[in-house]
Amino acid sequence: MPKLFTGAEIVFKCLEDQDVEFIFGYPGGAVLPIYDELKNHNSIKHILVRHEQGAGHAAEGYARSSGKPGVVLVTSGPGATNVVTALTDAYMDSVPLVCISGQVPTHLIGTDAFQECDTTGITRPCTKHNWLVKDIRDLSKTLHEAFRVATTGRPGPVLVDIPKDIQFAKIKYSKPKTKKKLNGKSINYFSQKDIESLINLMNKSKKPVIYSGGGVINSGPEASNVLRELVQLTGFPITSTLQGLGAYPGDDNQFLGMLGMHGTYEANNAMHDCDLLINIGARFDDRITGKIDEFSPKSKKVHIDIDPSSINKIIKVDLSLVGDVKNVLRGVIKTLKKKNLDLKKSNKQQISKWWEQIQKWRTKNSLHFNNSDETIKPQHAVQRLYEITKHKDTFITTEVGQHQMWAAQHYKFNKPNRWMTSGGLGTMGYGLPAAVGVQIAHPKKLVIDIAGEASVLMTMQEMSTAVQYNLPIKIFILNNQYMGMVRQWQELLHEKNYSESYSEALPDFIKMAEAYGCKGIKAEKPNELDEKIKEMIEFDGPVIFDCRVDPNENCFPMIPSGKPHNQMILGPSEKEENKITGKGKALV
Amino acid sequence: MKSPKSAYSVSLKKEKSDTHIIVVWVDNESGVLARVVGLFSGRGYNIESLAVAEVDAKRNISRITIVTTGTPQVIDQIKLQLKKLVPIHKVADFKRNDKGVIFKEMALFKIVGNTNKIKKAINACKKYNAVILDKTKKSNVIQITALRREIDKMAKNLKKFGLVSVSRTGAVAMTRGDKVFN
Repeated sequence: MPKLFTGAEIVFKCLEDQDVEFIFGYPGGAVLPIYDELKNHNSIKHILVRHEQGAGHAAEGYARSSGKPGVVLVTSGPGATNVVTALTDAYMDSVPLVCISGQVPTHLIGTDAFQECDTTGITRPCTKHNWLVKDIRDLSKTLHEAFRVATTGRPGPVLVDIPKDIQFAKIKYSKPKTKKKLNGKSINYFSQKDIESLINLMNKSKKPVIYSGGGVINSGPEASNVLRELVQLTGFPITSTLQGLGAYPGDDNQFLGMLGMHGTYEANNAMHDCDLLINIGARFDDRITGKIDEFSPKSKKVHIDIDPSSINKIIKVDLSLVGDVKNVLRGVIKTLKKKNLDLKKSNKQQISKWWEQIQKWRTKNSLHFNNSDETIKPQHAVQRLYEITKHKDTFITTEVGQHQMWAAQHYKFNKPNRWMTSGGLGTMGYGLPAAVGVQIAHPKKLVIDIAGEASVLMTMQEMSTAVQYNLPIKIFILNNQYMGMVRQWQELLHEKNYSESYSEALPDFIKMAEAYGCKGIKAEKPNELDEKIKEMIEFDGPVIFDCRVDPNENCFPMIPSGKPHNQMILGPSEKEENKITGKGKALV
Repeated sequence: MKSPKSAYSVSLKKEKSDTHIIVVWVDNESGVLARVVGLFSGRGYNIESLAVAEVDAKRNISRITIVTTGTPQVIDQIKLQLKKLVPIHKVADFKRNDKGVIFKEMALFKIVGNTNKIKKAINACKKYNAVILDKTKKSNVIQITALRREIDKMAKNLKKFGLVSVSRTGAVAMTRGDKVFN
């Protein structure tokens, strides 16, 4: 007679077989059997958060910075509904998460029992797939399948809902069989012919641009290496989406900076005027394309993506290569080398005019801002933070808003997996718990959340988590007392009617830090900034840094909504002639 | 037709919409229909009709037939998004005017009236494989199988003969000849 295990034991057996080291979670009635079992599994450490949303974002930060799936454990009802924001965030940004939720016992499902909710129904549109395990015999198979779905193809969140009676039920456990095909869903569809066509286009192009995205990061560090090799081999200019930052070194001369709504002048104009656009692992998001009808009108478009449904979804492309970025790029480089085409040399002449044009755009210095001796400019604060931390292997997370864009513009990333931000869903409150997860994955590294004071208050309770596990995360708040991006849009669109975007009352962040048991630092003048930043970094423990910045600063450059790439607002003086009108007003 | 895309892509060019019949083979498990239908409503695609039933009890496979309208780009998205769902095995797509495919819908008509009217109603239905399923002195239930527009027409025409109730299915589809969709 083989040994029988309870459902709760099987959960841990599966997690062990999947090499899970950390679970982010919060206990409750419907997951008590699983929590009871925790003590018997030393290889798995549970991180107790203060709110289930925090567990989800922490798992996202863990996953993005480590490349491993994040695991979340929550109870039924409110536990599950609280994690929905994080699941949706992970779904939009393709982050592999496995969320295990407790459920009321099977015989109570559908009776409106205490803390019951239709978890699989609620999370259906925000997960790649979800399961309600109604039979103990399905449990181990389902959990292993959950890990496979979350991590294969385009990664994303999954949820397994386990009723309490299933956690108590007993059955034998068998290890997963490896490599079961998932309804025949393959990920590599590209052929050598496609690669030849791409190389042919690259050979002919006079104004090429590479536009890389989060897919390169998701494909693993090796993908970044091949991307770098390709860019060097071809001599092409490269720009990146918000999520792709770090895949290519931010301080390299071939890098044009981020593109899109708050991207650089040179990146957006290169996108608009190019004759060959190679999209590597990005999805033509509306923050990138601006007005669709006038998006990159003169170019041949190539799209490399692992998700077939991304192809032709927004922008029709001339050539698509469906597959893992790493594999596609390897194929391209191999063929390039085999053909012995030294594109960099032969193309140098061909694209030299293009580079001249790019240099001209660069002289606009679109990230310029008017610095001040009186008040700290937020851009300046990010620049100083970068200069002081760039020699360390620093991990940056952000919240959502102006500070996020300033961080993306002024902090240069040289390695993948160092930049964690909520791009697709734009979740305020993402950065602090994400920093918790990043620090868990990289206990010895410097982890900074570049935050806004409004965003960070949404998940501030997770400071308690940081203190409990002695995670020395640094919360660098660019405090302008406004929901800055809301105020900026109200300025541009609603005649400066700053409706509800000013926080009349804000906590004293120093006292708040002390109340949580960590260190508080405040900087109000530009001349004290460097010294205070150093103090923050040198402190061995979590810090809340209240950086008082100019409350009226806006984030430029900007493509106003409804406008194409070549009609950017470069600074405050240009606003008037580029007013957002008509249809543009209705866009987000 | 609602646009399934973001506000940014409000396009000035209007592509032509066509009616398509999408057939999907799915694992017959609880919630699978909700996944398929939820994908349509969540992304703003429309469903004109829907038919679903298990077709292979041994392998536990159901076949869902969905009639939808959209531009070629939208139809492509529908197929690609459907293929991403874990319980979906394969997806087929036919244009409504495809001569190589048979489309059929079934309708039940309840006619209440005198014998003369009922007779006329049965006569009108004859060319659509009419079957009398129930018969009383005052009423008849007639089953027909036909195309959507034919049933639409019949439902309108039969009113004058005492049609009081209509019940109809979504379309089901099958290729002609010995070809099987793989």
